[in-house]
Amino acid sequence: MRHIISILIENEAGALSRVAGLFSARGYNIESLTVAPTNDSSLSRMTIVTSGTDEIIVQINKQLNKLIDVVRLSDMTEGEHIERDMMLIKIKVDDSAEREEVKRLADIFRGQIIDVTDELYTIELTGSGDKLDAFLKSLGEVDILEVVRSGTIGISRGEAALQLLSTS
Amino acid sequence: MELTGADILIESLKKEGVDLIFGYPGGAVLHIYDALYQQEDITHILVRHEQAATHAADGYARSTGRPGVVLVTSGPGATNAVTGIATAYMDSVPMIVITGQVPSSLIGNDAFQEVDCVGITRPCVKHNFLVKDVKEIANTIKKAFYIATTGRPGPVVVDIPKDITALKAEFSYPETISMRSYTPIEPVEPSAIEKSVELLLSAKRPMIYSGGGVVLDGAWDELIEITQLLNYPITNTLMGLGAYPADDKQCLGMLGMHGTYEANLGMHNCDVLFAVGARFDDRVTGNVEKFCPTAKIVHIDVDPTSISKNVKVDIPLIGRVSTVLKAMLEVLKKKKQKPDQDALAEWWNQINEWRSMDCLKYDRDADIIKPQYVLEELHKITHGEAYVTSDVGQHQMWAAQFYRFQKPRRWINSGGLGTMGFGLPAAMGVQLAHPDETVCCVTGEGSIQMCIQELATIRQYSLPIKVINLNNGVLGMVRQWQEFFYQGRYAMSYMESLPDFVMLAESYGHCGIKVTKKSDVVDALTEAMKIRDKAIFLDFITDSKENVYPMIPAGGGQNEMILI
Ligand SMILES: Cc1ncc(C[n+]2csc(CCOP(=O)(O)OP(=O)(O)O)c2C)c(N)n1
Repeated sequence: MRHIISILIENEAGALSRVAGLFSARGYNIESLTVAPTNDSSLSRMTIVTSGTDEIIVQINKQLNKLIDVVRLSDMTEGEHIERDMMLIKIKVDDSAEREEVKRLADIFRGQIIDVTDELYTIELTGSGDKLDAFLKSLGEVDILEVVRSGTIGISRGEAALQLLSTS
Repeated sequence: MELTGADILIESLKKEGVDLIFGYPGGAVLHIYDALYQQEDITHILVRHEQAATHAADGYARSTGRPGVVLVTSGPGATNAVTGIATAYMDSVPMIVITGQVPSSLIGNDAFQEVDCVGITRPCVKHNFLVKDVKEIANTIKKAFYIATTGRPGPVVVDIPKDITALKAEFSYPETISMRSYTPIEPVEPSAIEKSVELLLSAKRPMIYSGGGVVLDGAWDELIEITQLLNYPITNTLMGLGAYPADDKQCLGMLGMHGTYEANLGMHNCDVLFAVGARFDDRVTGNVEKFCPTAKIVHIDVDPTSISKNVKVDIPLIGRVSTVLKAMLEVLKKKKQKPDQDALAEWWNQINEWRSMDCLKYDRDADIIKPQYVLEELHKITHGEAYVTSDVGQHQMWAAQFYRFQKPRRWINSGGLGTMGFGLPAAMGVQLAHPDETVCCVTGEGSIQMCIQELATIRQYSLPIKVINLNNGVLGMVRQWQEFFYQGRYAMSYMESLPDFVMLAESYGHCGIKVTKKSDVVDALTEAMKIRDKAIFLDFITDSKENVYPMIPAGGGQNEMILI
């Protein structure tokens, strides 16, 4: 099954390679991995999308927790959560009919055209991975020059929050 | 007062109580060597190869329970140390490895003797650090010792660029340390303790399977107490030998690929398995599909990732082995309920029947020296209480089977990584830690040549190590697999051009004795025990066709042993 694991990790050189190395050394799947600092600059938040049997997912969680740099971990998939992926896509639009059609589709998917030239549209789209896939599919035959996706990030719904435990 | 980074490092090591370090100098660590030279509290042991420094520190750590410390230079110094670091990692040995690094300004420039030490060692350390600021040295060393010695122990590498060791900073050593990202031990649930004791008491065919975790945590007293209180059979893993005295009647010896018939059948047929500080390694379980088919399992381990990794357990108890066993003992002693004595008596009858197979028998009447015989005699002469290091191969398995360890921390071998070349340098670390004790290195003519240069170190420090070379003229364990599974096609398992080990030992200033007659074995061993100022190299010419039995072939269940 697909799992989204979020971790707070010390914002230190090499932290990312410890996580990436763990996945490659133990042969775990990694579908996407994103990382960036948080509001606390000493911490990074990493979101890993992975898949495997229940036993493997349990091991992945434990092995990640065992990494000395990992401060907190949460398997988002265990509770209700929201996930987002961002896509930037550059499309060749030759004639006005095609321009109209692409614009219409982008609107339907709540995408935004963020750059325009005589022949190109660059569209920004945010949503779940499925939604981005659906958009790509709906574009059909158009000439796509580039697709960039951020990889999934996620956050739990409601009160639950992945934070430092207060040390007071 | 301001100190240089090198002095801060040395002062920090002193604060950690370090008395010995094993190392080899080079450009990147010259400031550190200069600082070492100017003090007397820490003794530096000069090895002849960095791999040996790590194995020696490893032997020191395993035999004392205190972390071993290594100092090597950048580049090739660090890469030579990697085998020893990985060896320590696989067997959860606490170790601090300080590696020099090229000056900060050159990092990433393919500088002379530069390697990405943190990158190379990452998969085989518990943690590693690159120190980027002289002010961080003290704190990093504190963290390194804390991480290496708590929870599941392991090696920690601290990589220090040369310029950092010359810069100055105020020295103050942190008294305590806590890390928000590292909580080595979580408290154990009392209800889980209660449940585990109930399960143990309900057993009709119980089995205790104890491993290296008991030795690492110094939990043998609790293990012995609970085993004897229950009167249950116990088997030790290769890493756990000595935690329970081998000569006690409840001890079934080692289990696993070359374990005893009674231990493996006991495992296969038990209804409750109590795994204590053991990790269900593949050399123990054989085919996991067939492992302990009828057992409910209680498992104590300090490392959550060891729980249900290979074999699903029913009651996990995560914590220090000693703490958990103490808690279980307390509950157990209060219970009125006792184990079902009739069932237990029947189970012991069954076990004793298996025992009577005498699975470790060998041809005692042979004229040729049988390796098992040498080890049995070694046991007699040293009462099973010597420190015995080993290399890897048949001799290692025979030592495990026939030396019959009576005490913990006496059996020092590379179980996880299986590193040939481990035995001799490890023996140096053990002997330096225990100058008055008998230290033997049981080895083979293949393995001993992988770190033979250490005979020089041993001479330099006058270490009275007894090298027991079981010289069968072949890479025996490889040969055995080729005999069993490759129809006797002995590819590269025969060694030509062996040195004359006696002359070799003598050229290093040691004693050497070649033993070709069975009737000379005891005399040679007795003679060896008398030498106190240098090593003795006993070259026993043994049967090259002898195999290690019993054996569970790959993919087999515990009840599918090949017996002699
Ligand atoms: C560094 C290393 N290389 C290769 C091996 C594979 N190996 C395992 S046992 C063995 C043979 C060891 O021969 P020897 O030391 O003579 O011991 P014997 O088995 O004959 O007792 C080999 C080559 C290993 N364990 N370690």
